[in-house]
Amino acid sequence: MGKFGFTLNPSSRIDLDKVDRDKFNRLAEIEPDVLKCMACGSCTASCTAGKFVKTSMRSAILSLQNGKEQEALDFLKGCLLCGKCTMVCPRAINTRHLIMSILKIY
Amino acid sequence: MRERIAGGYDDFVIPFMIGMCFVLIYLAVALIRLFAHIPPKDRIKFFKSLVNPAIMWKNVKDILFDCLLHVKIFKRNLLLGYMHASIAFGWFMLILIGHIEVALYVPQRNGVLYYPVFFRYFVKFEGETTLKGSFFFFLMDFFLLMVLTGVGLAMYKRFRSRALGMRRTTKPCFADRVALACLWSIFPLRLLAESFTAGIAGGSFLTKPMYWLFNNFLSNDMHILPTWWAYSTAIGLFMLALPFSRYMHIPTEAFLILLRNAGLKVTKPRKGFAEAEIYSCSSCGICIDACPMNIQKKNLPFSSVYFIRFLRRNNIKKMNQIAQKCLMCGKCVALCPVGVESCGIKRAQRATIYNNIKHDYTYLHQAHHTPDNTTQESNNKILYFAGCMTHLTPSIIKNLTGIFESSGTEYIFADKDGGVCCGRPLILAGREDAAKEVIARNSQMIQESGCRKVVLSCPICLKVLKEEYNLKGIELLHHTQFINTLIEEGKIKVKRGAESLVYHNPCELGRGCGIYKEPLNVLQQLGELKKAEKEGKESICCGGSLGSITLSYEDRGKITQGSLDALTVNNPDKIVTACPLCLKTFADKSSRPVIDIAQIVNENIC
Repeated sequence: MGKFGFTLNPSSRIDLDKVDRDKFNRLAEIEPDVLKCMACGSCTASCTAGKFVKTSMRSAILSLQNGKEQEALDFLKGCLLCGKCTMVCPRAINTRHLIMSILKIY
Repeated sequence: MRERIAGGYDDFVIPFMIGMCFVLIYLAVALIRLFAHIPPKDRIKFFKSLVNPAIMWKNVKDILFDCLLHVKIFKRNLLLGYMHASIAFGWFMLILIGHIEVALYVPQRNGVLYYPVFFRYFVKFEGETTLKGSFFFFLMDFFLLMVLTGVGLAMYKRFRSRALGMRRTTKPCFADRVALACLWSIFPLRLLAESFTAGIAGGSFLTKPMYWLFNNFLSNDMHILPTWWAYSTAIGLFMLALPFSRYMHIPTEAFLILLRNAGLKVTKPRKGFAEAEIYSCSSCGICIDACPMNIQKKNLPFSSVYFIRFLRRNNIKKMNQIAQKCLMCGKCVALCPVGVESCGIKRAQRATIYNNIKHDYTYLHQAHHTPDNTTQESNNKILYFAGCMTHLTPSIIKNLTGIFESSGTEYIFADKDGGVCCGRPLILAGREDAAKEVIARNSQMIQESGCRKVVLSCPICLKVLKEEYNLKGIELLHHTQFINTLIEEGKIKVKRGAESLVYHNPCELGRGCGIYKEPLNVLQQLGELKKAEKEGKESICCGGSLGSITLSYEDRGKITQGSLDALTVNNPDKIVTACPLCLKTFADKSSRPVIDIAQIVNENIC
């Protein structure tokens, strides 16, 4: 692999086989909307907290799917729950419940 | 009138005494427990309120009007009001007059618990024809008749609740059914018992004719004891079922009024003040018809009345489910005849789930969002705080700033390039601790701006600024109030359009902040104002409320549609509202144009 020309930095490598999916399944059970996201980014674009600190519903969902739980929490810990993302979501995801469920479960 | 039974005792009082003693002991223990859960500061506040003459007067007035006469229900529906008032007030008077009779005729039996209840059995009528004697006989029969008509109406309501103005009624639980059956039988049994005894103890227009009637085909004396036994057993059973049934509201409601008038608030979802509220709920079911969610039958189990029932049973799963689903529109609270603040309890319940989840708001202090152009002279300027939701409906901002300019109002736009959320959504989600940080930051921003007047476009922000912020000396206005003042002072002139309008009262503006008059005042000058099906404090939530945490998009859509249908019963050309959230929610579903009050004013400025 070394001669191939591309390498993976060990620290950013994700081994999905080793990711514990229990929490994600529990999340999907409480708020199935998490599976509906199409990563359009409307939530991130409209985010109130996002103006001051990196806050993104979209990135958080992607991080969770990739098993990066801490990263997902960092994307959401600044959330003010103002509800703008719910209003703009084209997939009608109940973002506020999703955010609180993620923060509670992980 | 003198005592007929020597010793003033008969075995039939035993069932009554068992029930009575049980209830008294139960209530005493409950009272001590409740006081133990009230914070010491509130306890002192409560005892102080008991000796304050102004509060004392209010207590007496509230107990008479709310607990006995049920004035609030009378205002909703006369028959329903009569049903509640006749049973409550009539029963109270029966007990009161019973005690007066004992005090007057057999003073040696004063203080014997059962004596006033079974007075007619124990005494003998001695041809007393004075006005005093027949007066009490008449009163007793009169109030008994009053209660009996009330019980008759209650039975009728079981089969046809619509006749009493209720579409849906509460499903009683087992203890409720037992207590209800006893309650319904207590008064007919009392009538029978007193009628059979009327030959000995005397009676009035109700019991005397009954006595003569029965005398024709029954040997009345044989029936005296069995009916008194049945009467006593019915009361005894009712008392035994009382603490587990909805009739617990009878003793608790009066106590709740004392606590509420003392200024106490909910601190824990099931303990202390909340407990008094929970047990004061009479399960009358007025909140079921009130709830906007109940446009779909499947949502009936999520009504406030069932939330309170599950709280009593400590069914945590169901409690959480309902607490999270509620829209927090406050309609059930506004219509509740007892005044149970179920939204406050739901918020406290949410706090048990969500208050301790992680958050990091350190960025709030680094965030530079105090408006740049604040100066020493900003005292005369107004501060305009649009709020998050208003930024999603730029038409409000555009039109309101247009009005500011037309009227020559100098203003500072606090969150032109995005501000910090007001904190109300966090409070509604039960995250008070997180909300405190946001509130502190925004308070600081408003105080630093130097403005003495803040105009807001979002009623959600307005409510939290009014209630939770520490902004002494700063006037807080919603833009409907501000526009109303501008028109009244002649700073802007509006012309009347040809369109007909209907006004949607946003929950947080109307029920939340008590602002009903100003928007109607403004709209009357702009066009023909049509009536909606439900107005004022009964206005229906748009369905977009931030209050609900788990309500799905589809369910919200149904509520929106129902609310729109109620608004457009009189076929108006336009729907006008005063909340960005309502505007956005309605605009998606409505076939008619939905606009904000700021827009219609700005378009009609001449």
